[in-house]
Amino acid sequence: MSEEIVLEAQSISKFFGTITALNDVNLKITKGEVLGVVGDNGAGKSTLMKVLSGLYKQSEGSLFFSGNKVNLNSPRDSQNLGLEMVYQDLALAGNLPIGDNIFLGREPVKKVGPFNFLDHTKRKQLTEEHLAKLKINVKSADQKVEELSGGQRQAVAIARATAFNAKIVIMDEPTAALAVKEVGKVLDLILNLKSLGVSVIVISHRMDDIFSVCDRVMALFQGTNFAESLLKDTSRDEVIGWIMGKKD
Amino acid sequence: MDKSQDSTFVKLIPFFEKYGILLLILIMVTVLHILQPDVFLSWRNITNVFKQVSWQSMLALGVFMVIVTAGIDLSVGSIIMLSLMGLAIASKAGMPWYVVMLVAPAVGFLCGLFNGLGITLLKMPHPFIMTLGTLYIFRGVGNLISGGVPITGFADEIRVIGNGKIKLDTILGEGTREYIPTSLILMIVIFFIFWVFLNHTRIGKWIYAIGGNPGAARAAGINVNRILIIVYTLCGFLAGIGGLILAGRTNSAYPNAGLQSELDAIAAVIIGGASFFGGRGTVLGVFAGVMIMGILRNGLNLMNVSVFWQQVLIGSIIIIAVYIDVLRRDFSTRK
Repeated sequence: MSEEIVLEAQSISKFFGTITALNDVNLKITKGEVLGVVGDNGAGKSTLMKVLSGLYKQSEGSLFFSGNKVNLNSPRDSQNLGLEMVYQDLALAGNLPIGDNIFLGREPVKKVGPFNFLDHTKRKQLTEEHLAKLKINVKSADQKVEELSGGQRQAVAIARATAFNAKIVIMDEPTAALAVKEVGKVLDLILNLKSLGVSVIVISHRMDDIFSVCDRVMALFQGTNFAESLLKDTSRDEVIGWIMGKKD
Repeated sequence: MDKSQDSTFVKLIPFFEKYGILLLILIMVTVLHILQPDVFLSWRNITNVFKQVSWQSMLALGVFMVIVTAGIDLSVGSIIMLSLMGLAIASKAGMPWYVVMLVAPAVGFLCGLFNGLGITLLKMPHPFIMTLGTLYIFRGVGNLISGGVPITGFADEIRVIGNGKIKLDTILGEGTREYIPTSLILMIVIFFIFWVFLNHTRIGKWIYAIGGNPGAARAAGINVNRILIIVYTLCGFLAGIGGLILAGRTNSAYPNAGLQSELDAIAAVIIGGASFFGGRGTVLGVFAGVMIMGILRNGLNLMNVSVFWQQVLIGSIIIIAVYIDVLRRDFSTRK
């Protein structure tokens, strides 16, 4: 793991009216690191991720991408900086094939005179290459997403998020909706991304997930940084304690 | 492993899924040919079928695109009437024929744009409501501008789209009476253009994506409202072309033009295999759906079956076609 910091959030606060959702929260992640973010419902995990992705604007504090201070006005801005979000509801169109979903909105085209036509061959080739790179096994890139299992869909959603050289991927409960036997595949995929140098932020309630893929874990409690540790220096019981606001 | 165990029947399913509907047409044509050997497959009758379906197919194609986005357009029957009236009034006002011809598609375009803007800007809970409203509005406006009476008699140049004949003298020899209707050529060209649009352009892909999951489309950065406005506008535009064809066919703009034809259009789309819930269906399917309706009506007319029985039959076919689709989906999802 290199020490190159790809994303840093400094003293982030977010107020909704009189409610303080985040108070002076710090977060950083280095290249190829998998960071677990834990916390009870309402601890501020989702709000923090929405600030990182540009969906919310922080009330106070600053964001740095690769050391440069940035102002995010929309998720488009963070995407352009290489940050992608994998949504809990997956955001896939079931009626379309895998390749169409991965490239939805960013389809490769070829120019014929003044017109742009879809380049079906190129899309298929790019899809196959990308799936192979992530070691995602499907029958065919032309398979419709609705024919896939929950785990495969999650894999397609992750493939979609990483198709355009994402540097940082945020996953919100990536295994919550999956059958037990599929969880392992998604966790392998996270480790694959790590080996490709992608930084991953995993929000999860499942200690199994956190302890099988993360390098570091941080806990939020009532909108503040509560505790943080390298994974090797902590234990499940300790992390569960943090979620409930208990520290030894 | 799995594949080698599949029976021939299972292997044929994708084939039937794609071309089964064409097979149905083939069966219908064969049966009608046996029942009416002298008439049904005659050049005269076949061109008649195509002339009949040409304007209806424009409505079906437009409504199809709307249905792919999981929407509905009930106003196309009224748009065809209003564009026909617009054309008639322009013609009566003595405008040159090429301007008159542009009026119908232009009126259709504006009506469709009005639908699209209403659905998106007014945030109507469902396109059903907006287009139900405009179903009344457009026909009302059509009657207001025409005074509720038919306007007849258009220049030959205007009628060429709906009534033109491409003579086949050079191929079949001097003096033959066989011809190809201009409206058939127009229909083929337009269906081809929209096939390319829906299958080979990004906007076409996004139309399917919106029908599959509008949330996914939005998350992918697609401006869903903009695409919906484009779809409804194109639907209106096609209805306007339908008006132009109808002007040529009937040589008249009349208050009841296109009455209930929106329902025929929806029926053709559904028979053609499009899903009412959006995201599914093909241009070829719409063409087949339109042809099935046209051939059925024509065949029943030839056999002097009453219009009432025709209604019963068409209604039954809609239900059967959708039921077959339900069975097929049940079968293909069972693994």
